[in-house]
Amino acid sequence: MRITAGNMHFRELNEQIRACPDAEIEIDGCLGQRYIGSGLADKTLLVGGIPGNALGAYLDGGTIVTEGNAQDAAGDTMNDGAIIIHGSCGDGAGYAMRGGKIYIHGDVGYRAGIHMKAYRGKLPVLVVGGTAGSFLGEYQAGGVIVVLGLRRPAGTPLTGYFCGTGMHGGKMFLRCPERPEGLPERIRAAEASAADLTEIGGYLDEFCAAFGEDRRELLAERFWVLTPDGENLYRRLYTSV
Amino acid sequence: MQKERKREGDVRIPSGCAISGIFRRDGRRIGGEKIVESISVMHDRSNGLGGGFAGYGIYPEYKDLYAFHVFYESTAARQECEAFLERHFDIVNLSKIPVRRTPRITDEPLIWRYFAAPLPTRLAASQLDEREFTARCVVRVNSTVDGAYIFSSGKNMGVFKAVGYPEDVGAFYRLEEYAGYCWTAHGRYPTNTPGWWGGAHPFALLDYSVVHNGEISSYDANRRHIEMFGYRCNLLTDTEVITYVIDYLVRRQGLSLEEAANVIAAPFWSTIDGLPAEKRERMTYLRNAFSSLLITGPFSILLGFTGGMMALNDRLKLRSMVIGEKGDTTYVASEECAIRAVEPALDKLWAPRGGEPVVVTLKGGVR
Amino acid sequence: MEAFGFFYPEYEVVRDGGRCTVCRVCERQCANGVHTYDPERGVMLADETKCVDCQRCVCLCPARALKIVESGNTFRRDENWTAPAISEVCRQAGSGGVLLSSMGNPGKYPVYWDRMLINASQVTNPPIDPLREPMETRTFLGAKPQRIERDEKGRIKNNLAPQLELEVPVMFSAMSYGSISYNAHAALARAAEELGTYYNTGEGGLHEDFYRYGKNTIVQVASGRFGVHKDYLNAGAAIEIKMGQGAKPGIGGHLPGRKIVGDVSRTRMIPEGSDAISPAPHHDIYSIEDLRQLVYSLKEATGYQKPVIVKIAAVHNVAAIASGVARSGADVIAVDGFRGGTGAAPARIRDNVGIPIELALAAVDQRLREEGIRGNVSVVAGGSIRSSADIVKAVALGADAVYIATAALLALGCRLCRSCHQGRCNWGIATQRPELVRRLDPEAGARRLVNLVTAWKHEIEEMMGGMGINSIEALRGNRLMLRGIGMTDRELEILGIRHAGE
Repeated sequence: MRITAGNMHFRELNEQIRACPDAEIEIDGCLGQRYIGSGLADKTLLVGGIPGNALGAYLDGGTIVTEGNAQDAAGDTMNDGAIIIHGSCGDGAGYAMRGGKIYIHGDVGYRAGIHMKAYRGKLPVLVVGGTAGSFLGEYQAGGVIVVLGLRRPAGTPLTGYFCGTGMHGGKMFLRCPERPEGLPERIRAAEASAADLTEIGGYLDEFCAAFGEDRRELLAERFWVLTPDGENLYRRLYTSV
Repeated sequence: MQKERKREGDVRIPSGCAISGIFRRDGRRIGGEKIVESISVMHDRSNGLGGGFAGYGIYPEYKDLYAFHVFYESTAARQECEAFLERHFDIVNLSKIPVRRTPRITDEPLIWRYFAAPLPTRLAASQLDEREFTARCVVRVNSTVDGAYIFSSGKNMGVFKAVGYPEDVGAFYRLEEYAGYCWTAHGRYPTNTPGWWGGAHPFALLDYSVVHNGEISSYDANRRHIEMFGYRCNLLTDTEVITYVIDYLVRRQGLSLEEAANVIAAPFWSTIDGLPAEKRERMTYLRNAFSSLLITGPFSILLGFTGGMMALNDRLKLRSMVIGEKGDTTYVASEECAIRAVEPALDKLWAPRGGEPVVVTLKGGVR
Repeated sequence: MEAFGFFYPEYEVVRDGGRCTVCRVCERQCANGVHTYDPERGVMLADETKCVDCQRCVCLCPARALKIVESGNTFRRDENWTAPAISEVCRQAGSGGVLLSSMGNPGKYPVYWDRMLINASQVTNPPIDPLREPMETRTFLGAKPQRIERDEKGRIKNNLAPQLELEVPVMFSAMSYGSISYNAHAALARAAEELGTYYNTGEGGLHEDFYRYGKNTIVQVASGRFGVHKDYLNAGAAIEIKMGQGAKPGIGGHLPGRKIVGDVSRTRMIPEGSDAISPAPHHDIYSIEDLRQLVYSLKEATGYQKPVIVKIAAVHNVAAIASGVARSGADVIAVDGFRGGTGAAPARIRDNVGIPIELALAAVDQRLREEGIRGNVSVVAGGSIRSSADIVKAVALGADAVYIATAALLALGCRLCRSCHQGRCNWGIATQRPELVRRLDPEAGARRLVNLVTAWKHEIEEMMGGMGINSIEALRGNRLMLRGIGMTDRELEILGIRHAGE
């Protein structure tokens, strides 16, 4: 089924999507309609135009593919499924996501992967083809964030400031020749081992398949893996009245 | 130092009362002396501190014009008010309301009457319908022009009220010289001694006029809610807020009078829960959607409006009210004697249940 | 250095040797390890440095041999440098730590509830006898329609937004599983069901066992998004977005990894031992229009079937904030005053940030009315509602309903020792230690909660009846029913009430 979004209100658009029995739905000409695919579990949405904020919020399965950019809060509190963005993505992508995957071909804004967490079989994955804004992975508690920096112009930093601030779980993979600078005290950064790279190999394959990139090219550069140092930040913070 | 007495609006003055109403469904007009005769029988329910009447169909010669009855405390107030009215209305006729001096009615203000139509240009610029435009002008004068008070503002109807016993008020205004198809009357028993005529009842906005008996306990809940919609309760009286509530529900929300009665004197939840599904849903909706307009405490209300009259008791029926019928005429009063005084041989007499509105309309019969 | 670290205990355990039978119940009951048995002398000893004055041993001593009194050790008298001020400085000098505390602000601030008096009818209208005549406390929470609509047959359409229906305008406010125990949640859920009201999951997710209480449950979404997924959102009767909490406005929360064990981990959907951090803001809400985005994302995810509550702390600008919230699509605003409780908060925040709920409630209700949007939202007040009289006053100021939590915990046994953050609650409430949790019987707890709210309902009805009001909506915002006592003109003006005698 094909829906032409145009100036349709988000509520009507999303109702049509929910009501549609088809497994695959094409949505043309989006212009800022929010919450597309919110809470869906079993559909494939092919989204043209510019989907609005909170694309795939609470997504519980299925796949959302955008032909171009996505705005803020994509994959907010997502639980499962995949969001594939053939462009760049705004701020707060994958906030508090617990499961599923977000693949972004281009860049991502501020606070991507903030408060990502893993749980049991659920491991959220965020792969960014370009660069990421500041506060990448703030409070990260679990899951995997990968930033590739493909075709990054010289002098453009891979991530913004305060990368991994408050991180207390999960892993972040940054593809860059030198150890990233300016990391918070409690983050350990080491060159990724073969085992580390095996861990993300499957995600890179999916990323390449989605966007026509070459895996060998990706792996031609060094990856740094960031993890929290395991010190309990809070142990000595408090004293009882 | 002598302290000035507080009037309505400065302080909340609860009062008890008598009410009476006569309605001719065939539209034939009856003289004002009839209603004076009826209300005067209940003399002991008033204490001489307020009486008033509303008559409908009394200005057939000006029936398409708004009739403003205005109290002025000074000539300056009159000039200011008239300047305002002239900016907003085409005033077709203005005069003092003729009165008959009596020693029992004193301290009268200047009492003027205007027949007017909204200026088409002002009305168009306001983007309001004619009634809303007029209502807002009335509220504006009453809340901003010091010493001026528009106490009647409907078409082909008029309110007449004063400080005094109702029978004296009727004589003062020479009500026998008016004739209408509907009359309501009020005798007031306020709990202090205000000297202000504007505080007497009926209270009216556009063609809605309300006389009421009892002190409601939900007053401030109702007032603070209704004031969200542009009404200003300047008098702090129950009658004022009840009028605005009815105006809001019926004129602005488009509820029928019965539906409005289901809001302000809503059945108890235990009653609603026992209704058939569709009715239960409707009643639950009305009670929930307009919950802040539920009126609690004792009241009996007579609402006059163009072409009709509604009588309503509070849901516990804490005030007395009886209805009588004779041919095409319906009578309502706090006490049966007030009806018998003007119609000894009734076809029918009954006391409606609490919260059950009785609506009579021209040619419509009793519904 | 030992000398710097010692403070004479605030409380003294007084044991009547004549009564004590050395049954050692006190020893078994005290998770803080205050009581020990001295086998040589055959007597019980007490280490008062560990005592938090939770009264557990006092209540359970079969011989009535125990009481706890203030120890009476005093610093040199100083009205400025009070004993707590001195000892807190010394503690911080020793540890370098942020002072941590629990439950509500115990400070000496005015309690405005106690400066308001309730009206009653005499002569001009009648009081009503609530024992014999109908007296209604049923309350609907949710947005009211601005206009009625009719179908083609002229019948009124039901265009109401989803509503919460309460038989009594009292709900149990948010306390997360993790901050309180499984049994405490079980008691709250059962009581809410029996009372026809709601309890609130707090931000720690909804335990799988409690999905069956869904129609009496409000599920909370906080900045940490713990346990938030589609089924969770759909499990409750309403969704609450927690923007703030009266005990700690403007700061987030942190449940240490050692408390993330077993069911708590499963319910929060985070691994065992991992810290549960709630950021201070929602990182998708940096401005009021972002709140609208989250409100509607929750509505979209739940098909517009659930009212959305936005809970904010009472802060200086609360009226303007509430006005923004009322235009965000939220159905209910919950305002939490600065005396509201918490399982743990920095003491300086708890004791110095925010404003009293009475003033906040009055300001919010008035502002929403001035802007004509009071009907867009219902208003729920929380943050130290201590009695039915407080509820009557809150409703008269303008609240649709109230949230209670501290009072509910008191019903479950809490004696307000304000030591929840230590995780050793002897009453089985604010702890995850199984041997302590077992002490709280959910059945008995639910019964006590039902008793409390039922008693309050009777009292509310008595007070309403006295005012001649037989339905709670006629009390809502009915500020003429209140008079102030011992207040300044400014305070009266903010509360929108007159002084007694006026």
